[in-house]
Amino acid sequence: MQTAHQVVGDPECSHCSLPVPRSLVEEGAEHQFCCLGCKTVFGMIHAEGLGAYYDLRSEDDERAPAAVGSSSYQELDDPTFVTQHCQARPDGLMATELYLEGVHCSACLWLVEKSLERVDGVAEARLNFAQARLKVLWRPDQVPLSAIAGQLAKIGYPPHPARLGTRDVGKEEERRLLIRLGLAGAVSGNVMLMAFALYGGWVSGMAEEHWTLFRWGSLFASLPAVLYSGWPFYRSAYNGLRNRVLHMDLPISIGVLAGFFSGAYNTVVGKGEVYFDSVCALIFLLLVGRLLQLRQQRRASESSELLYALTPSTARRLGEDGEARRVPLQAIEVGDLIEVRAQETVATDGVVESGRSALDLSLLSGESMPVEVKKHDQVWGGTVNLQDTLVVRVSHAVRDSRVGRIADMVADASRNRAPVVQLADRVAGWFVAIVLLLAMVTFAAWSIIAPEHALDHSVALLIVSCPCALGLATPLAITAAIGKAARRGILARSGAALEALGRLKGGVLYFDKTGTLTHGRMEVVAFVGPEWVRPLVAAAEKGSNHPVGRALTQAFEDAAQPEASDLETVSGGGITATVGGRALIIGSPKFVRSRALLDSSFETHVQAWSQEALTPVWIAVDGRVVAAAGLADRLRSEAKASVDALGKQGFEVHILSGDHPSVVHSVGRALGIPAERCHGGQSPEDKLQRVQSAAADKDVVMVGDGVNDAAALAAATVGVAVHGGAETCFAAADVFLQRPGIGTLTALVQGARRTTRTIRNNIIFSLVYNTVGAGLAMTGVLNPLIAAVLMPISSLVVVTNSFRFHFPEASTESEEEAA
Amino acid sequence: MSVLYIVLPLALVIAAVAVWAFVWSVKGGQFDDLDTPAMRMLHDDAEQRGRADPRP
Repeated sequence: MQTAHQVVGDPECSHCSLPVPRSLVEEGAEHQFCCLGCKTVFGMIHAEGLGAYYDLRSEDDERAPAAVGSSSYQELDDPTFVTQHCQARPDGLMATELYLEGVHCSACLWLVEKSLERVDGVAEARLNFAQARLKVLWRPDQVPLSAIAGQLAKIGYPPHPARLGTRDVGKEEERRLLIRLGLAGAVSGNVMLMAFALYGGWVSGMAEEHWTLFRWGSLFASLPAVLYSGWPFYRSAYNGLRNRVLHMDLPISIGVLAGFFSGAYNTVVGKGEVYFDSVCALIFLLLVGRLLQLRQQRRASESSELLYALTPSTARRLGEDGEARRVPLQAIEVGDLIEVRAQETVATDGVVESGRSALDLSLLSGESMPVEVKKHDQVWGGTVNLQDTLVVRVSHAVRDSRVGRIADMVADASRNRAPVVQLADRVAGWFVAIVLLLAMVTFAAWSIIAPEHALDHSVALLIVSCPCALGLATPLAITAAIGKAARRGILARSGAALEALGRLKGGVLYFDKTGTLTHGRMEVVAFVGPEWVRPLVAAAEKGSNHPVGRALTQAFEDAAQPEASDLETVSGGGITATVGGRALIIGSPKFVRSRALLDSSFETHVQAWSQEALTPVWIAVDGRVVAAAGLADRLRSEAKASVDALGKQGFEVHILSGDHPSVVHSVGRALGIPAERCHGGQSPEDKLQRVQSAAADKDVVMVGDGVNDAAALAAATVGVAVHGGAETCFAAADVFLQRPGIGTLTALVQGARRTTRTIRNNIIFSLVYNTVGAGLAMTGVLNPLIAAVLMPISSLVVVTNSFRFHFPEASTESEEEAA
Repeated sequence: MSVLYIVLPLALVIAAVAVWAFVWSVKGGQFDDLDTPAMRMLHDDAEQRGRADPRP
């Protein structure tokens, strides 16, 4: 790597070219290594006879940026970007954060940090490994951010700007919670020591003065935990009351405060029971649950953040001098000229100023066939340019573009969706009512039997009924489930969504077609004609950017290929070329028919194929049509099994696609979905409307990948985004599948159901425990010692039960070929 | 048993110091990233064998 050349004196590692630490230098040896790993790999490469790799690699380094970072990262120096993403520090340094691709081991961490430290002007580079997030401090007058980014791309870690601020809020919240937790832990440990002394005194007697000392001591010690650590519970209980919701935190707050204040009162008057140890332990355990929950949620939201960062947020704007410069999307204004090269995403809506090309609309509208565009044609943001460079005059700023409006629709839909009420919160309402009623009954009954015990016994009831296990039950089960699901490639953004999905006994499940049920790209599925045509076609279509051309090359590439010459592409039709002295015409029937003689047998093929919704491509050699290929966006191999399994799990499976109805019906037939459940030609608005009307009386799961699915995802009870989809879609979904295909979907449903079952078991157990405790308290048997024993045991059972369960494996293995 | 009057406050003072140290370390960001330092530690160690690490 080129950074190594800057270090003078240290020999370079023969494998990775990094400087070799002095202590590892072997005097007189031909090859030097920086670590044992490099030495092993070097040995292996040579043993395999692949030593030329090292010569090739140095050539590669000369033209390094081409490999991974064809971008020059100019956009990172744009003033709009700097004000939005970078932070100027008082000492003249700039700070920003970047997401890096390809960070996967601790050597990556080392390489990234070390190579940046050797760039002049970089003051500090710290990589957060788990998040692949790099924090850089640099001197803007010595080095531009684009150069730092270029260096990262050169060593194989293409950077993407991270949005500042979003994470810091979560970080502050987590730190505060951690402090509350630490305080509660320290306090409950100390209070428990004093409580043990009191239990000892309760069994074998103790001096009055010591008894008083320990009671006052634990009162003072527990004060910070009750006041500071317990604050989040009181706050959310209060907010719940204000919104007329009986939140889980209400019974918790009542238990904690009743326990503390009655203990304080009893300490002051010098008689009665104190439950300080139970109260502090309760706060501590509940905070552990909260912290776990927060960390899981943060991790999930960071993963989705990473997905955002990977989608381009820049456009190439043509300046007055005709030179294209990369600028952030926000800097694009109406009337600007932007250049969209092949394979790039169109940034925003506009009109083609010059150039002809084909656009892939599949993410925006779900259409599987590309659409041809030429001068004066309207293009939409979010579509992908497939063939040639287009120059587009911007007609709408990003915010007002069609994609921008869909993003607004997504926001509306998710705002209007009824929030998921978690089981624990639904139980909490009843729970708090019953506990308060029982406490009153206890007070009334004991006022008659023995008035001096009435207050003590009703307070004991409130404490022992404080739903410690109930409060832990849901967060723990969900934390365990989210963590285990993530290892299976399923990212659940919220536990509530997982719980909601698990509660569904059935309902409607809408699948998007293009990219979700299918691969989202054309493939040759039928071919008629002589074998010798194949290599000619592959040669002619080699290097084509058009999906049809790529499908043909892929299908025929194993045949030995001659060279093609006189290549000519006719936009909207096909190509002509000369291969091995023979004139080839490949393209749509209309295009080929106008240039070559036709054999009528091909007409029948084309008709048969259109029944199956295949796209026909004709191939003519030397003026005669000799072969035909049928192309289609093929179904994923696991689609049928997954759809069947989901049907067995009780879902009514529908297809909801923007593609032509005949294509949708043909896919439906292949999957065994009745025609009345295959909905074709759906615009994003249609999809949203269909999901919303179905959601009015049923539970709806929506699975999709495109911008056109996003609003529907947000409106559904549970929205699932599949691998490889669009940014807006990830923002709207509750769950992402990280592996290609929908094979993990059945595992997700199964896992969610198990999670819900675990939550239910936990809640039932804590209710049983609370009933026993309440019974003991009402009869006056309960004392602080029994309470202190019962409390942790119930929590322990809930914890074990939550972590005991396994998230199921994907029932159908997601295919590797897609990768 | 009058020693209790000294030992008990002392225990609470020690606990308070521990809590203070914890708060200090949390605010300093020591608990923000629990994965990376474990790896970075190994790297710095390997490098120190070669030459002095200029970083504090």
